[in-house]
Amino acid sequence: MSPWLPILMAVPVVGAIVVALLPKGSDKLAKQVTLLVSLVVLVLTGVMAAGFDPDGDRFQFTAAYNWIPSFGVKFGVGVDGVALVLIALSAVLVPIVVLASWHDADGVKTADGTLITPKRSVKTYFSLLLVLETMMIGVFAATDIFLFYVFFEAMLIPMYFMIGSYGGAQRSYAAVKFLLYSLFGGLLMLVAVIGLYVVAGKSTFMFPELVGAIQDPTTQKWLFGGFFIAFAIKAPLWPVHTWLPDAAAQAPAGAAVLLVGVLDKVGTFGMLRFCLELFPDAAKAFTMPIVVLAVISIIYGAIVAIGQTDMKRLIAYTSISHFGFIVLGVFAMSSTASAGAALYMVNHGFATGALFLAAGFLIARRGSPFISDYGGVQRVAPVLAGFFLVAGLAGLSLPGLSSFVSEFMVMIGTYESQAHGSGALTVAAVISAIAVILAAVYILWMVQRTINGPTAEPVKAFKDLNVREIVVLAPLVALIIGFGFFPKPLLDVINPSVHQTLTNVQVPVSTIAEKGTGQ
Amino acid sequence: MESEIAQITQHTGGVIGNAWLMIAFPLVGAFILLVFNKLTDRWGHLLGVAMSLASFVVAVLAFFELIGFGASERRRAVELYEFIPNLDLKMGLLIDPLSISFALLITGVGSLIHIYSIGYMAHDEHRRRFFAYLNLFVSAMLLLVLADNYVGLFIGWEGVGLASYLLIGFWQFKPSAAVAAKKAFVVNRVGDFGLLVGMFVIWTTFGTLAFKDLYGKIGEAGASDGVMLAIGLLLLLGACGKSAQLPLQSWLLDAMEGPTPVSALIHAATMVTAGVYLVVRSGAFFFPEGSGAALAVTIVGAATLLAGAIIGCAKDDIKKGLAGSTMSQIGYMMLGAGLGPAGYAFAIGHLITHGFFKADLFLGAGSVMHGMNDEVNMRKYGGLRKFMPITFVTFFIGYLAIIGFPLLSGYFTKDGIIETAVHHAPVLGWLAVLGAGITGFYMSRMVFMTFFGQKRWADDAHPHESPAVMTVPLMVLSLGALGLGAWLVLGGTLYDFLIPSVGGSAAEAPKFNPFTTPGLVTLALVAVGAVFAWMRYGRAEVPAVQPRGSFLTTFARRDLYGDAINESLFMRPGQWLTRLAVFFDNRGIDGLVNGLAAGIGGSSGRLRRIQTGFARTYALSIFIGAALLTGALLLVGTI
Repeated sequence: MSPWLPILMAVPVVGAIVVALLPKGSDKLAKQVTLLVSLVVLVLTGVMAAGFDPDGDRFQFTAAYNWIPSFGVKFGVGVDGVALVLIALSAVLVPIVVLASWHDADGVKTADGTLITPKRSVKTYFSLLLVLETMMIGVFAATDIFLFYVFFEAMLIPMYFMIGSYGGAQRSYAAVKFLLYSLFGGLLMLVAVIGLYVVAGKSTFMFPELVGAIQDPTTQKWLFGGFFIAFAIKAPLWPVHTWLPDAAAQAPAGAAVLLVGVLDKVGTFGMLRFCLELFPDAAKAFTMPIVVLAVISIIYGAIVAIGQTDMKRLIAYTSISHFGFIVLGVFAMSSTASAGAALYMVNHGFATGALFLAAGFLIARRGSPFISDYGGVQRVAPVLAGFFLVAGLAGLSLPGLSSFVSEFMVMIGTYESQAHGSGALTVAAVISAIAVILAAVYILWMVQRTINGPTAEPVKAFKDLNVREIVVLAPLVALIIGFGFFPKPLLDVINPSVHQTLTNVQVPVSTIAEKGTGQ
Repeated sequence: MESEIAQITQHTGGVIGNAWLMIAFPLVGAFILLVFNKLTDRWGHLLGVAMSLASFVVAVLAFFELIGFGASERRRAVELYEFIPNLDLKMGLLIDPLSISFALLITGVGSLIHIYSIGYMAHDEHRRRFFAYLNLFVSAMLLLVLADNYVGLFIGWEGVGLASYLLIGFWQFKPSAAVAAKKAFVVNRVGDFGLLVGMFVIWTTFGTLAFKDLYGKIGEAGASDGVMLAIGLLLLLGACGKSAQLPLQSWLLDAMEGPTPVSALIHAATMVTAGVYLVVRSGAFFFPEGSGAALAVTIVGAATLLAGAIIGCAKDDIKKGLAGSTMSQIGYMMLGAGLGPAGYAFAIGHLITHGFFKADLFLGAGSVMHGMNDEVNMRKYGGLRKFMPITFVTFFIGYLAIIGFPLLSGYFTKDGIIETAVHHAPVLGWLAVLGAGITGFYMSRMVFMTFFGQKRWADDAHPHESPAVMTVPLMVLSLGALGLGAWLVLGGTLYDFLIPSVGGSAAEAPKFNPFTTPGLVTLALVAVGAVFAWMRYGRAEVPAVQPRGSFLTTFARRDLYGDAINESLFMRPGQWLTRLAVFFDNRGIDGLVNGLAAGIGGSSGRLRRIQTGFARTYALSIFIGAALLTGALLLVGTI
């Protein structure tokens, strides 16, 4: 029994209560406390991660407390490599988002004093953020599937309020849409969770004990379907993706970062861990249709992104394309592709986080998310323009930046995968590589219209980034560049865990020595 | 013949063991200049020059350390760190005759361009940023040529793409510059797609992306001819993008939007030479002599050398004329690079001499513009030789070199390619002879329009010679344009030096013989071209306004309709596809989902109410429900 994960989950929620109970008018203190709490969580996560042994047991820092003994429900937590890096991703992003959202609830004014969003409760916003952090850690840490389900659903609540109360003009519509989609998926998953419990007949929801419990292929397929649809909506995969552009565009930039950077990863994380390991035969049976959907997401997301007029919607569509890559990697059934997919989940969080935040800083200055309202930012705010460009380049997976490594691994691993005989996945990899060209178009065209060109009249009043804003973006850019050249620390943690997953799916983990004899 | 390629030896210590410094110096320079921003405004350009020169010094020292080894030990691999364990990929450098030749060219000519830019960009308020990008360019290009594996090469490859994007768009406040920069990047990405998929196939077939391991595995893996051809063609697509070869040439002619030193850097020392490097580096693996892939390389090269020359004939913009000539000259190198070891030596030789005379010509053009209020239209020049004598003399030497005037640099290397091509692929070889004749015409036209004839400039132009910081680099470069070719080619110096990297054998070293049929015909055609240009642009008066040309002239002026083809084939259909997809996404998928929700909800009116007013109540009910559920669960749990 290790206390690490329960502590990690408790600290933010305690912080949230403290923030909520602060007296009226202590907005600044609320922000400071939130920042402090999130930094404490980051430090604790760092210390915990340093103690993780990649070659040790699959699940480490485990703890389990009885919760509902009559059904065998436990408060069971523990992390493998993939869960660990995703918790670390959350822990890194939250303080950054706190700092980025510093004035989001104060009532946002443009340079000429027009109020874009009215003043709203600061304390509520920041305590919601901390509650969300607990749930993000919990959902990745849960080893009890019922507990996972509870977090999976409960996560919606703080996010719903962050979008619905603090978002843009269409926030209610977007929030309801987000909620309905997620609840629908969650409902299917609940049915599947109960089904799993009943059919397995082991009187437990603990994941390690349920691996291999369902043998009948037909049962596997039904249960797989329940989990998969929920995760596909969350990820989101074409054609159940349309909630994301609305939600991301309406959410405040900081909330959008957590939504797209972390919450959506629960979908792809769930696919990798639950869909594959609990239902290996079904996963193999459904590989081809899922790969097709993933490739459609990759290309379709990129094409629709090109045509967007709203920056945040554009970024959301690029994420749909990127989630396509992650799903492709998960189901390519090769160790390189799956590890690439897990790495992609982290790298995408940094890259898209940086892009959303940089776009958010632009929008905060102009009061409009529309690309056509900008132009020539480079001349008046070169630092902002520079960060925006670097974040964009990470979005187009420029080699030398972290997203390239993961995208390359997904594609090359998919290309080499023989999971469906030769050919099918090879073609999928080649088609998905077209996104490399489309990505250059959607990012650089946006850059051309926003930060290049003659300076638009309202842009002329722009102030460059202040210290707070630089402190928000600089760590993300440092991580993006650092992991672009040195991805090994992350891969060393991810690889054993992915190998374990693939072993449970009975996919031979190809070794290097086997190569070079094919064709 | 390939057996002459030397084994790669692991190397530690010494200058070669620290060759990563070559990449690091300019990278650190770029980092400091960008991060410390305005603090470095006053001395930033000097730091940029110093970092580039530091790289050059390391390259020179590494070169001397390398030639200290016997020929068969001149391929030194330096391991740096483990990069992607899943692909068994270590990041390392390969210092061998091929890569060190490139490194010397990149840092040497690159440093001269840096120095020149001090003067050229003196009045630009963002000169510091310019030097940051120049440093980044040099650093990325060095990674490209020094990496010992395809992924490292690719990182440098894209880094070069990024640096060119930043530099072409340096004056990004001009919409045309912003568009040109984006175009360069996107067109290059089409090529990158080829290189990327090529790497997939290489990895899947051979299980390695490191050059060192490929030598062993090419034979034993027994890959089919089809696979080998596919890899070759995919890599060629990549090379076409970076080297502006047909059909991916269109970005180069627009890339003139950047400041002139950028053009010199892109055209002479970096970027466009990358494709040639890729083909030669992969030559032993995927472009063996006589293979289909090698044939494709020669065809692309021959087609581009003619296309570029034809475009060069019709341009009035001095930089665009030079851009056409770059396409054309890189075409020669590609042609040579498809001809096996004999061709490689001349291709690399031409690449090096071209690096000098093209940098000389571009910087010379920049010097002319500097004295002419940034005018680029040659119809508004004329008789400038009296006003800028140093620029004139250096430009003239570069001109003689590029047309292959006997005994100057370009003569030896271009003639080598032509001779080899006529020998191996007669049809393409004779096309190259024809191309040389056209080169004689358009380059003479450029010189006559600029430096000879009557003055045609406006009264407010006051042509003057550039400062020494610009003219000294020109003089150094023109020295290279004068003598480098003879040194590299006579006695087979470069050929012998490159054997460990690209194969061939000392016994088969081509002897230089100027008195062959293709050699003499080339000279005759160049003379004809020059005389023809003299008659039209030297003796006769040049109209200050562009006359309406024939169909052929228009064809050339419009870049052989390359942009028109791209637009109608890709851009317009792409725009339609995008619009269609956006419409489908909004109305089709989303409409369906909303309709479904409305149907379930009873009526669309009800949905609208949820959307606008009752969202919070709705959510509150869910929240209360969830809270009750959680409470119930907890309660049950405690029992």
